[in-house]
Amino acid sequence: MMLIVNGEPEDCPATTLAELLIALEYEGDWLATAVNGDLVHREDRPRHQLKQGDRIEILSPMQGG
Amino acid sequence: MPLTLYDIEVSSRLLLGTARYPSPAILAEAIRRSGTEILTVSLRRETAGGKAGGAFFQLVKDLGMHVLPNTAGCHSASEAVLTARMAREIFSTNWIKLEVIGHQDTLQPDVFGLVDAARILNQEGFQVFPYTTDDLVVGEKLLAAGCSVLMPWCAPIGSAMGPQNKTALRAMRAEFPDIPLIVDAGIGRPSHATTVMELGYDAVLLNTAVAGALDPPMMAQAFAGAITAGQKAYQAGMLEPRDMAVPSTPVIGKGVFA
Repeated sequence: MMLIVNGEPEDCPATTLAELLIALEYEGDWLATAVNGDLVHREDRPRHQLKQGDRIEILSPMQGG
Repeated sequence: MPLTLYDIEVSSRLLLGTARYPSPAILAEAIRRSGTEILTVSLRRETAGGKAGGAFFQLVKDLGMHVLPNTAGCHSASEAVLTARMAREIFSTNWIKLEVIGHQDTLQPDVFGLVDAARILNQEGFQVFPYTTDDLVVGEKLLAAGCSVLMPWCAPIGSAMGPQNKTALRAMRAEFPDIPLIVDAGIGRPSHATTVMELGYDAVLLNTAVAGALDPPMMAQAFAGAITAGQKAYQAGMLEPRDMAVPSTPVIGKGVFA
């Protein structure tokens, strides 16, 4: 299904957010995820069902002032 | 005297940003020589399979400091609120340096969005460090929204101009005598930091002034000394300037030769 991941279109067979992260080779406990503007907690990713056109943000730490 | 920021007590009056250093090693050395106990960090999109965020996350963990995530780059209250929630997910802290930018060129805070976002985040249990202006009314509204710390700019972010309106900063100190006040932006030189500490500010948050120096660790150390000097001067009680000279050597008992 077509998703928007970090602003880019992505055609991915994943049905849950956790599956999407695995399919796109995201790993580590330093990631935060949001779907359509709402935070999805780490522990909720395996049961968070994705829908066609969902906008997914995957953020990680970086340097900041 | 320690400084209490929400439920955390720190000795250092310097909060240090982690961006724009020439290398992670230089960042770590600057942190060490600054004596800081609080680091600001941020969040950005991670590329698929990317490990950059993980490396920085590990560096921050290894440094063992208090972490103050920011919402830099957010231009609306809703964007800042979501970023804060995501920061809490990663860093496991209720602290958030709340930035809602309102002007592209000056990076002046959108104080209306700032107050809205602060209200939401405080209700969700965040401990908000709002990047604000030196406007007293905005300060009052941020406190009413639940903030217990205020972080006014003294000049635009990264401008290095130093305090542009000492009268306003002085008024803010007088208006909020019991609220920790941290100058967040616009400091360029150690003397600027001394100046705001002499005005009674509780701490200074720096990034570019240290990271952009030719020798960031040495500059971090210079700022640490300057901040301590200003803090001690404020506590010691400084003389007020006067128009006429006053002899420093007593004239009583002086020899008379005429």
